[in-house]
Amino acid sequence: MSKPLASPSTFARVWESAGMLLVLALLFLGCSLFVENFLTVTNLRGLALAVATIGMVACTMMFCLAAGDFDLSVGSVVAFAGVLGASVMNATGSVLAGALAALASGAVVGLVNGLFVARLGINALITTLASMQIVRGLGFIVSDGRAVGIRTDAFFAFGNSALLGIPTPVWLTAGCFLLFGGLLNLTVFGRNALAIGGNKEAAHLAGVPVTRIKVVIFTLQGLVAAFAGLVLAARMTSGQPNTSQGLELEVISACVLGGVSLSGGVARIGAVIAGVLIMGLVQNAMNLLNIPPFYQYVARGCILLGAVMLDRLKQRA
Amino acid sequence: MPAPASALGFDGLTMEFPGVRALDGVSFGVCSGSVHALMGENGAGKSTLLKILSGAYRATAGALRLGGGAKVFASTAEALAAGVAVIYQELHLVPEMTVAENLLLGRYPRRGLLLDRAALRAEATRLLQLVGEDISPDTRLGRLPLAQRQMVEIAKALGRGAKIVAFDEPTSSLSAKETQRLFGIIRDLRDRGHAILYVTHRMDEVYEICDAATVLRDGRHVVTHGSLAGVTRDALVKSMVGRELTNIFNYRPRTHAPDGLAVRGLAGPGLRAPVSFDVARGEILGFFGLVGAGRSELMRLLCGAVAPAAGEVRVHGAVVTGGSPRAAIRDGLVFCPEDRKKEGIIGIRSVAENINLSARRSRLRAGFFLDHGWEKSNAAAQITRLGVRCASADTLIGLLSGGNQQKAILARWLSEKVRVVVLDEPTRGIDIGAKSEIYALIHDLAAAGTSVVIVSSELPEVLGIADRVIVMREGLVAAEFPRAAASPEAVLHAALPAGAAA
Repeated sequence: MSKPLASPSTFARVWESAGMLLVLALLFLGCSLFVENFLTVTNLRGLALAVATIGMVACTMMFCLAAGDFDLSVGSVVAFAGVLGASVMNATGSVLAGALAALASGAVVGLVNGLFVARLGINALITTLASMQIVRGLGFIVSDGRAVGIRTDAFFAFGNSALLGIPTPVWLTAGCFLLFGGLLNLTVFGRNALAIGGNKEAAHLAGVPVTRIKVVIFTLQGLVAAFAGLVLAARMTSGQPNTSQGLELEVISACVLGGVSLSGGVARIGAVIAGVLIMGLVQNAMNLLNIPPFYQYVARGCILLGAVMLDRLKQRA
Repeated sequence: MPAPASALGFDGLTMEFPGVRALDGVSFGVCSGSVHALMGENGAGKSTLLKILSGAYRATAGALRLGGGAKVFASTAEALAAGVAVIYQELHLVPEMTVAENLLLGRYPRRGLLLDRAALRAEATRLLQLVGEDISPDTRLGRLPLAQRQMVEIAKALGRGAKIVAFDEPTSSLSAKETQRLFGIIRDLRDRGHAILYVTHRMDEVYEICDAATVLRDGRHVVTHGSLAGVTRDALVKSMVGRELTNIFNYRPRTHAPDGLAVRGLAGPGLRAPVSFDVARGEILGFFGLVGAGRSELMRLLCGAVAPAAGEVRVHGAVVTGGSPRAAIRDGLVFCPEDRKKEGIIGIRSVAENINLSARRSRLRAGFFLDHGWEKSNAAAQITRLGVRCASADTLIGLLSGGNQQKAILARWLSEKVRVVVLDEPTRGIDIGAKSEIYALIHDLAAAGTSVVIVSSELPEVLGIADRVIVMREGLVAAEFPRAAASPEAVLHAALPAGAAA
C-alpha cells in the first residue's frame, strides 16, 4: 500500500558524502594549473606544515561541535602549552618533563571548561571566552610577555625532523585525523557525542552519560590543543605567548567548511580534513599570488560564507 | 471534486520530501460559511497540507485555489496577505510581550517614528472583543492560560483579515469548558462567512462542530463528505484506516508472577507524599489522573530522569542504584517519555542510530569498537518486528510520522533485555492504526513476562489495556482499582479534585 518511498536526490547524497572533497580536488587542480610554484614539493610541504596546528585542533573541535558545544580557548592553550613546555624544559633540562607539564596544563584547562559547561550548565561561549582570556594571560605571565627560547636541541630537532620526506608535525596531524576519525566512527563514544548534539535530553533518557562525555570531550580538546602547542613550539624553537591568536575561529571555520553542524549532531572526519585543507590551500595560494594579508582576511571570511551558502543550497536540493 | 462555491480549493497538491511522498495529488474544496473537518491518521498528510496552506512549505506540484485564481504561496507572509491563517497547536506568540503587542505583531501603529500606544491598545481591545475575550491588552501573554492564548491567536488572525482559518487540533490541551467556548467562536466565524478547516483526531468534535469532512490516507485523498448527515463514525474510521477496527485494545488476560517492579516510599518534586506500589511480572499497571496530578513526575523519579529525594526501586528483587536513566536501563527498567520530539527521538540522526543508541554498549567488539554488523541487523530486525514505516534504516527519524517515531523508540528498548517498561502517554498524537499496533506490542511484552507501567490521560486507553489502575490526584495516589472494578465513572471520580463537580 505505502509504496517504498523515493530515495533522496542523487545530488544531495553525493554532496553529502563527497561535496567538500570535490571542492578540494577542484581547488587543487585549479591552483596546480594557474598558480606558479604551487605544485612543487617545497610548497606542498609548507602547505601541509601550515595546516598542522589547525588540523590537530580541528579533530577535537569536531567532537565539541558534534556534541553541540564549542571551545574558544584552544588558541590560548596552544600558546600557553608552548610557553610552559619551553620554560619547564629550560628549567629542568628534560624534554619529557616539559612535555608532560604542557599536556597536563592543557588537559586541566579542558577539564575545567568541561566541568563548567557540562556539570554547572554554563554556556560554552561564556565559559570558554573566559578561559581563553585567562589562559592567554597565564601564558604572558609565565613568559613575562616574551618568547621563551628552547635550549634543548633534541626537542626542536624533533619538531623539524621528517620521515619519508614528510615533516614530523604533518605525520602527527595525520595521526590525529586517523585517531579521532576512528573515535567518531567506530566507537560508542563518537556515536554518543553525536546523539548528545542531536538531542541532549533524549540522549540522557536513553542512558547516554551526557555529563561524562562532555567533560571528556573538553578535556581531550585541551589535551590536543596543548599537544599542538608543543609541536608548534618545537617547530619555532621557542614558546611564543602571542601565537595562535584567532586560531579558535580558524578551526571552527574549517569544521563548518567540513559540514559540521554548529547546532550539533552532524560531523564527518573526511569533510573536516577537506575543510582544513581548503583553508590551508586558499591561504597558500593567496601567499603565492602575493595577495596582501589584509585582503586575505576578507577572502577567508568570504570562503566561510560561501561554504555555508552551499550547505543551505544542498538542504534545499 | 471541489464545489463551485468553495472559498478555498486544493488542486492536485503533491509534496515530496527526501524518501517520503507526504501528499499525492490531493484535491478538494472548502466552502465559505462552513466548518470542514480534515481527518486522517498521523502521517496521512494533514500537517503537510496545513503547512502548504500557511506558506511554510511550497508544494512540489499542484496549487491552492483562492478567489478564483491558482496560488502557490512562497512564504507565510504571502499566505497571511491572501487572508489565510493557520492556528497551530504550538501557538506562534511571544510570552514575554503583552497581549496587545502580540495581537499586532509586525504591524504596529506608529506616529512618526514612535509607537502609537493608544492606537495599539484600541485596536487590540477591538480584536479581543471579536473573540469575546475580556482580557486587558496590557497583560503579559505568558500569564494567560493556554485557552486564552489560543483566543489571542485567533484574534490576531482576524486582525489580519483572515477569511480562511485552519485549526490544527485546537482542543488537544483544552478542558471541556474551554472547548465549548472555542466552538462558540468557531461557529461565530462560520456564521460570519469564514471558511474553516478543522484538523482533528476526535470523532465527537467532528460531529459537534463540523459541516463537511475530508479524509486523507497515506498522503492521498480518500473521500470528501459535503454533509455529515448519514455518515456514520464507523464509516469515517474505516475510510481513515482502510480497514475495520474491532477491539483496538486487544486485551487478553495473562498470568502474573511476583517480583517484578517494587517501588517503596518514592519521594521527590511533584509528589506530595511518598509513593509505593508493585507491578508483577507480566502485569500491565495503568496510571490515570488529570494533567498536573503528578503522574509524569512520578515516572521521571522512577526512571532516574530526576533524582528522587527518598525511596527505593527494585527490579526483580535487586535495588536500582544510581538515580540516573543509565543505571535504571542497566537494571532493565526503561522509559518512553511523554514528549517524543523533545525527549525521545534524536531527530537529525537516522532511524538505525535511534534504535541502537542504548543497546549497542553491550554489543561492542574488543569492549570498545562498534559492531557494524550487529548495528545493521538489529536495526533491520526491529524495523520489521515493529512495522516501522520508513524508506530505509538510514532515513532521519525526524522525517517519520509520530506513530513510527514511537515505534522506533520502542524498538530502542526492545533491543535491550527489558524487565520493566514505563510508557508515559505512549499513544499521544498517534493515529488509531498505529495505536492498536502499539497496544498489541504492549500485550506481547507483558505476555513475555515484562512488567509494564503505562501513563495515560485517555480514560478508555487506561481502562482498555491495564490489568490494574492507580489514580493520582494533586501529587498523591488517590485510589487503586483492579480491572474488574475500574468503571469509567469510578476512576474519573477518583481523579477529580475534591469539591469539583464530576
